[in-house]
Amino acid sequence: MLKINNLHAEIDGKKILNGLTLEVRAGEVAAIMGPNGSGKSTLSYIIAGRPGYEVTAGEVLLNGQNLLEMEPNARAAAGVFLAFQYPLEIPGVATMTFLKAAMNAQARQRGEAESTTPDFIKKVRGAAKDLKIDQEMLKRPLNVGFSGGEKKRMEILQMALLAPKFAILDETDSGLDIDALRIVADGVNALRNRERGFLVITHYQRLLDYIRPDSVHVMARGEIVRSGGPTLALELEKSGYAAYSDEAA
Amino acid sequence: MAADLETIEKVRSIDVGEYKYGFVSDIESELAPKGLNEGIVRYISAKKNEPEWMTQWRLEAYRRWLTMVEPNWARVEHDAIDYQDLHYYSAPKKSPGPKSLDEVDPELLRTYAKLGIPLREQEVLAGVERPRVAVDAVFDSVSVATTFKAELAKVGVIFCPISEAVHTHPELVKKYLGSVVPVTDNFFATLNSAVFSDGSFVYIPPGVRCPMELSTYFRINEQKTGQFERTLIIADKGSYVSYLEGCTAPKRDENQLHAAVVELIAHDDAEIKYSTVQNWYQGDANGKGGICRFVTTRGDCRGAQSRISWTQVETGSAITWKYPSCILRGDGSRGEFYSIAISNGRQQVDSGTKMVHLGKNTTSRIISKGISAGHSQNTYRGLVSAHRKASGARNFTNCDSLLIGENCGAHTVPYMEAGNPSAQFEHEATTSKISDDQLFYCQARGLDAEEATALIVNGFVRDVLQQLPMEFAVEAQKLIAISLEGSVG
Ligand SMILES: Nc1ncnc2c1ncn2[C@@H]1O[C@H](COP(=O)(O)OP(=O)(O)OP(=O)(O)O)[C@@H](O)[C@H]1O
Ligand SMILES: [Mg+2]
Repeated sequence: MLKINNLHAEIDGKKILNGLTLEVRAGEVAAIMGPNGSGKSTLSYIIAGRPGYEVTAGEVLLNGQNLLEMEPNARAAAGVFLAFQYPLEIPGVATMTFLKAAMNAQARQRGEAESTTPDFIKKVRGAAKDLKIDQEMLKRPLNVGFSGGEKKRMEILQMALLAPKFAILDETDSGLDIDALRIVADGVNALRNRERGFLVITHYQRLLDYIRPDSVHVMARGEIVRSGGPTLALELEKSGYAAYSDEAA
Repeated sequence: MAADLETIEKVRSIDVGEYKYGFVSDIESELAPKGLNEGIVRYISAKKNEPEWMTQWRLEAYRRWLTMVEPNWARVEHDAIDYQDLHYYSAPKKSPGPKSLDEVDPELLRTYAKLGIPLREQEVLAGVERPRVAVDAVFDSVSVATTFKAELAKVGVIFCPISEAVHTHPELVKKYLGSVVPVTDNFFATLNSAVFSDGSFVYIPPGVRCPMELSTYFRINEQKTGQFERTLIIADKGSYVSYLEGCTAPKRDENQLHAAVVELIAHDDAEIKYSTVQNWYQGDANGKGGICRFVTTRGDCRGAQSRISWTQVETGSAITWKYPSCILRGDGSRGEFYSIAISNGRQQVDSGTKMVHLGKNTTSRIISKGISAGHSQNTYRGLVSAHRKASGARNFTNCDSLLIGENCGAHTVPYMEAGNPSAQFEHEATTSKISDDQLFYCQARGLDAEEATALIVNGFVRDVLQQLPMEFAVEAQKLIAISLEGSVG
């Protein structure tokens, strides 16, 4: 479903991705691990369409569609979702308002009917309840004054509502307490199905205990340096990344 | 909540670059010859069949005006205005004065329909959830239709064109006209006093809570006509009124002058809420055309515990020079100013407020949200002063500016004069930019760049929007989105 071929990208003249190749199949949960600064967030931003990066070579295809040619909002409508490592605050815009704007914008782009307000409210309430998000929170401006963990939970709420085809979770586990980690993992697991693909970026095995990945990839210096099954994560947990940093020239 | 979404829908449905209200009604109108002299002043007065005292009042203003010079302290630039090259009176020919809706030129009604004004009583009444709104529509210089008059009369509220009030309530007009903005006040106000065409007159008797929102839509139609509205609102003891002014104008190539005067008087325990949603033509991308507004709006909290609140959403016009102010004369009176001023393209906005604390224990609150985009300049200019006898005066000012793009400017010019040592003035100001990351975050959720900008801006101005009556807040949100078109990308 998601195919990344030989992706090279730089920002402000600095090369970050160096020929990254990765494929995630429909229904697959792929985990990416790798040292700080190896380019994991950069990869997720490029898939989602953040401006500022120059892709010098390679391609990113979602079900054959060339994502790199699309506006970020069109990518979202096509089914790409990014749970941000650092979710942004939108002062003055109630969370509910934001959610409805996002859902309607996507529906419109896909030529689907927008959901009616009662339906929408029901959906949001239900999803919030599953993620143990207080209803009062939905009235507050999005992410403003939310704790780190609350922000992350709000990302998962958005994912649940937008029901993407392909979701990237960038360190969604960082900042979550033990209970919240389980709640968020349950939220992700509930969305797993045969069609949906996930790219889960994390530093810790702990998350992968809850969200069992189908594949694990190690990223270093802007490329995938090793791929394997779930046991690869356990191995990394023990040995760290030392082996991979030596490899790069 | 729904309003934000409507904003976004609106942005999508609008043809970028086309001013939505840029049509010209094909109505024959009666024009005064160009130029200004005593003869023209008399002509205007005669057209309105005014009593001699009114004619003299105008002439006195005119003579005064001849001795004055145009102020130049505002941060706006424009070609010199040739006051002899303007028409000072224009009236739709088929509608010499207020009459029932059936008699109103259908073309005019169509014009209003395009503007979305709920002129027809039925339409207004039909909207079950919608609070009823009485509309006094001003087409160029003459009020052509007044709705709900009868119902208002039942509770003793007078709501009519000021030209009519001169005849029907001369004692009130004589007593209050010019009592807040004196004939000598400033160049533009004095000009208005000489040639004012029409506007609304409102009187709320003691103890009456006006049963509906009162509203006037101003519209400039005739080419090269100066607009000189005059609004006078009096809230007698213990009364309450909420008044809304909405403005749009058709597209014109030449700058049109607008010099309105608004006077509000609140007696003991009375409250006046005055809201403006202004979307006049701002000129094209090169700054050609557009409305130039030099407006004097002032409220007098004359009585103890009286309260005046200004809420403005200013999105249009090429040049805006406007400082809705409060004279806090009565002890314990309160003045409020809530403002959203948006500038885009080549617009120049110099707006703010004056809170003049004269009485004891008077309080004021200023919340100003300026948004600059394109090549525009947006200045907040405010004065808070406490008279030597105004013990216990308190003010809170919050001035936030938001910049969109690299070529616009935001300026904050606050003046404070505390003549009494017990005065407490608080001032907060911020300047920020919409961050690329905020935009990207919204886009990554499916909003396009313009929708994302409109959403973020609506969030930025939320505190002020909340001050507007519900259905006008919706309209304001739409205008915000429309006025920011083309500011991103
Ligand atoms: N604007 C920029 N100019 C130069 N370098 C940048 C810029 N933005 C990011 N980088 C660099 O790109 C590299 C990759 O950053 P990225 O955020 O993708 O790493 P990461 O793998 O997500 O790290 P972490 O595990 O800490 O989240 C880092 O070295 C970072 O400093
Ligand atoms: Mg990262």
